[in-house]
Amino acid sequence: MRILAIVKRIFLQFKMDKRSLALLFIAPLFVLTLLWVVLDMKQYEPTIAVTDIPEKFQTILDDEDVTVKEMNDVEAKEALQENTIDAHLTWDGKQPQLIMEGSDPTATRVVQQVLNQAAKQMNPNTLDMDVDFLHGSTDLELFDNIGPVLIGLFVFFFVFLLSGVSFLRERTQGTLERLLATPLKRWEIVAGYLGGFGIFIILQSIIIVLYSVYALGMYMDGSIFAVLCITFLLAIAAESLGTLLSAYAKNEFQMIQFVPIAIVPQVFFSGIFHTEQVEWIDAIGKVMPLTYGGNALKEIMIRGQGLTSVMGDIWVLIGFSLVFILLNVVALRKHRKL
Amino acid sequence: MSSFINLKGIQQSFDDETVLENIDLTIPEGQLFGLLGPSGSGKTTLVKIMIGLLNPTSGAVLIDGKQMPSLKAMQHIGYMAQSDALYDELTAKQNLDFFACIYGVPKKKRKEQISQVAKVVNLTEHLDKRLEHYSGGMKRRMSLAVALLHEPKLLILDEPTVGIDPVLRASIWRDLKELQKQGTTIIVTTHVMDEAEKCDSLALLRDGYIIAHGSPDELKEKSETETLEAAFLYFGEGKQVEV
Repeated sequence: MRILAIVKRIFLQFKMDKRSLALLFIAPLFVLTLLWVVLDMKQYEPTIAVTDIPEKFQTILDDEDVTVKEMNDVEAKEALQENTIDAHLTWDGKQPQLIMEGSDPTATRVVQQVLNQAAKQMNPNTLDMDVDFLHGSTDLELFDNIGPVLIGLFVFFFVFLLSGVSFLRERTQGTLERLLATPLKRWEIVAGYLGGFGIFIILQSIIIVLYSVYALGMYMDGSIFAVLCITFLLAIAAESLGTLLSAYAKNEFQMIQFVPIAIVPQVFFSGIFHTEQVEWIDAIGKVMPLTYGGNALKEIMIRGQGLTSVMGDIWVLIGFSLVFILLNVVALRKHRKL
Repeated sequence: MSSFINLKGIQQSFDDETVLENIDLTIPEGQLFGLLGPSGSGKTTLVKIMIGLLNPTSGAVLIDGKQMPSLKAMQHIGYMAQSDALYDELTAKQNLDFFACIYGVPKKKRKEQISQVAKVVNLTEHLDKRLEHYSGGMKRRMSLAVALLHEPKLLILDEPTVGIDPVLRASIWRDLKELQKQGTTIIVTTHVMDEAEKCDSLALLRDGYIIAHGSPDELKEKSETETLEAAFLYFGEGKQVEV
């Protein structure tokens, strides 16, 4: 009854606060779209200068996704210096020779790829492998691969920020004190916040997931329902962590200061980068909720697994939330012992 | 008269600083009790200890026989802090409705109570306005209205009339007197002498000590002064001599 009153109040407050609503529902879509535009772009098309290369090689290169410019050695050297070309290919007798510009690893890699491809065609006797995919396909772009983690990240980030700041405001405007001067129990306050945010969290998860899969065409091999379950659990962890940390912030500014400490590291260690090789680095990720959420989302969306095969991640996420909620109830003791 | 509120040997320090020392106080039921003292004298700290929002370093508070903090006792206390402690995004009605729910005012009674307290603080016509659009004085009155919602037996008001114009101040004091007549015990903190005159009993607080305690007339008599202000100065010096 009293918990419901808090839920209703949070709902009303949000309804009046259009800007926070936009932050919760529109900002994640906006950022995801921007990332999609950047990451889903066609592969980089390199520019290669060539000097005296065999005609056969030239025709092969012309069919590849590459801009070829004929230059002499001096021109090419200058062009490399000015960074207007990515590489300079010369033919010294029988032996091809390549000078890379080299400052951009992506360009370097693509030039190598293109030339390897061309070399293969020059000499058709080399091994040509048949490649089949167990999961995904050649079309799996970077955006598809880290997409699941990005969904998890944005759900986590925006819920963390909003719940943290709202709970903090409760304290700075004195209403928390007023609530604690009533017979309201501490856990009832925490539960009310979970409930009030729960409504918006569910809505947000649905919107982000549907948008990513259907509008942005993110690779999706599993069930939408399973994905929603994971994002919801992740958001609950974010809500409880946000309200918990807000107890240690004096004002909104200090709350924002938790972002580089509590959120940004999770981005690095939660599966966007490969950290398995070094044990201690991998261990850092083990204490972060996003690691488990991101892993479960990847398993479901890319590898097509069901909820049963990510039960481990689910339990860990529930565990994180429970611990944060419990600590939250304890942290409120600072204001009233009972 | 029976003692309704009982403070025993309250001492409070933050880190190394002692804020309250040796506070023993009994307040009988139905009294309009004033805590008078300059800012920084420990009024708010004492009030927070009374309501259970602060555990004293030593000593205990009993309200109606229950040691604070007690959720049971809190059900019967109305508290108004120095900050307005309201939700600005919501309308006055939504605020009142929320706090009425928290205090467990039954649904049928809620509407009646809300219009009742709105009448007391003279905000009936502004109930549907969001508090963002309220003036400072209106918020102060709204804050008082929230404290009255659940018909508490004890009202604890921390500087209730700060920032309120004289006309309204007089009307709030009239309302407090009226509530007292209905049997409510009221504790008010203030640093305004003419407000203190209106209390049945006063405790003068200075630097964390109660330097005098009694009705305004008693205090003036004891100090052989004409005004409370002079009496306050008299007792203040007395305390300094003691130390």
